[in-house]
Amino acid sequence: MRHLLSAGDLSRDEANHVLDTAQELARISGRSVKKFPTLRGRTVVNLFYEDSTRTRTSFELAAKRMSADVINFSAKGSSVAKGESLKDTALTLQAMGADGIAIRHGASGAAHRLSTWVDGAVLNAGDGTHEHPTQALLDVFTMRERMGSLEGLRVTIVGDVLHSRVARSNVLLLHTLGAEVTLVAPPTLLPVSVGTWPCSVSYELDGVLPHSDVVIMLRVQAERMQDAFFPSAREYIRRYGMDGERVAKLHDDAIVMHPGPMVRGMEVTAEVADSPRSTVTEQVTNGVSVRMAVLYLLLGGSESAIGN
Amino acid sequence: MCAQKRAESDAHTNADGSRNQDRSHDARAVLEGPEIHRALTRIAHEILERTKGGGDITLLGIPTRGVPLAKRLAERIHRVEERSVPWGALDITMYRDDLHLAPARAVGRTEIPSDGIDGSIVVLVDDVLFSGRSVRAALDALNDLGRPRAVQLATLVDRGHRQLPIRADYVGKNLPTSLRETVTVTLEETDGEDAVLLGPTRSRSSQGEDQ
Repeated sequence: MRHLLSAGDLSRDEANHVLDTAQELARISGRSVKKFPTLRGRTVVNLFYEDSTRTRTSFELAAKRMSADVINFSAKGSSVAKGESLKDTALTLQAMGADGIAIRHGASGAAHRLSTWVDGAVLNAGDGTHEHPTQALLDVFTMRERMGSLEGLRVTIVGDVLHSRVARSNVLLLHTLGAEVTLVAPPTLLPVSVGTWPCSVSYELDGVLPHSDVVIMLRVQAERMQDAFFPSAREYIRRYGMDGERVAKLHDDAIVMHPGPMVRGMEVTAEVADSPRSTVTEQVTNGVSVRMAVLYLLLGGSESAIGN
Repeated sequence: MCAQKRAESDAHTNADGSRNQDRSHDARAVLEGPEIHRALTRIAHEILERTKGGGDITLLGIPTRGVPLAKRLAERIHRVEERSVPWGALDITMYRDDLHLAPARAVGRTEIPSDGIDGSIVVLVDDVLFSGRSVRAALDALNDLGRPRAVQLATLVDRGHRQLPIRADYVGKNLPTSLRETVTVTLEETDGEDAVLLGPTRSRSSQGEDQ
């Protein structure tokens, strides 16, 4: 049916269609009235099993700007806390006539499972360590705005690849759009399957930096780490943290991205985070435009324009 | 407007794959280059006359083909009055009332002159006036952009069959049509040639798509 479950499901044309649509929608943000009647009468549910203020608010704002009705359903304090299963929640939402469901879940594959139970469009807003396609779309959108074309762009993704759905979605989407991706991480923070991903891998950040146009710093997901993946935070910062010295190794136009939330002093220093190279706040703004585009393309017409 | 008609003819073609070719053979040109030129020149003069010199008008074309028409009108007014007239594009995709009837359309570009539209006389420009629903959507879109002093409507062709109480202030050519006929406007800027083509009468089986 019509869902957005994986960044890998998007063809080059579809991905560009989303980005172009987002670009037009971004122009509206400068207007005094930022609202369209486009999705009037449609209901979008934000089904969040994990806390994520940023992504949830972004989806909510995107849906509201297009006049959809928005229901926020968080696991805390809901029937989920009472023990309701995902399937029963899905059937409840189905009965309430949800046209689109943005789901964030701690289990990889939850979005896909949900899509088999409901008629509405399912948007994967992050499932476990699997994927986060709208984050990849907004990252790519930000790169396109800053760097122009994606073809041949050298993108380096640094940090906790193992626990990162952002990394996987970005690798797939960037590959589709013709960029070259290099993952940089300690060997302990790389998934076993990384050899099958369409990208190259390095353990040394310093050697890769001079050949990078874009550097995406991943958050170190301490809450997901049950084992010791690196000796100490200090050692991680020394080898994989982005500071002023490392930024100096980049060429003049290169940018530093971070999906947020940022732990200043861990992945990036405050100096880098506040520099003009950092796109962290731009990414948040672009997130709303990209999610509007996705909602419009999935729910706006009689049938979906993407992800079929 | 034209996007809508295009979508309809696409649906039409899908229903009967061979028709598309037939149409290009059977289509009859009702207006050709020089006539379109003359019609636009006349509309430009009418706009100037009605707005008493066009001191505070803004021309907004409805994509796709309304935009080059708005540009041409602005150039003609410039030639006559030796004063530049702001013109732009007003995309109505997000305001259509038939979005749920077809696959999601590509969002077009809205370009409003830097001075905005507050207090000005906005002349909407479209290629074909048909049901009037595009114009209604354009009025909604305008509402979100500002508060013009007045809104007027200029169209190259008025083919009738209105579904809403909407009427054009400036018309290039009134073209009484049957609902089973198609009207296609081609312009130099978008299609390489200026023409208004009246397509063949459709078979009864595909009539419903005209609505």
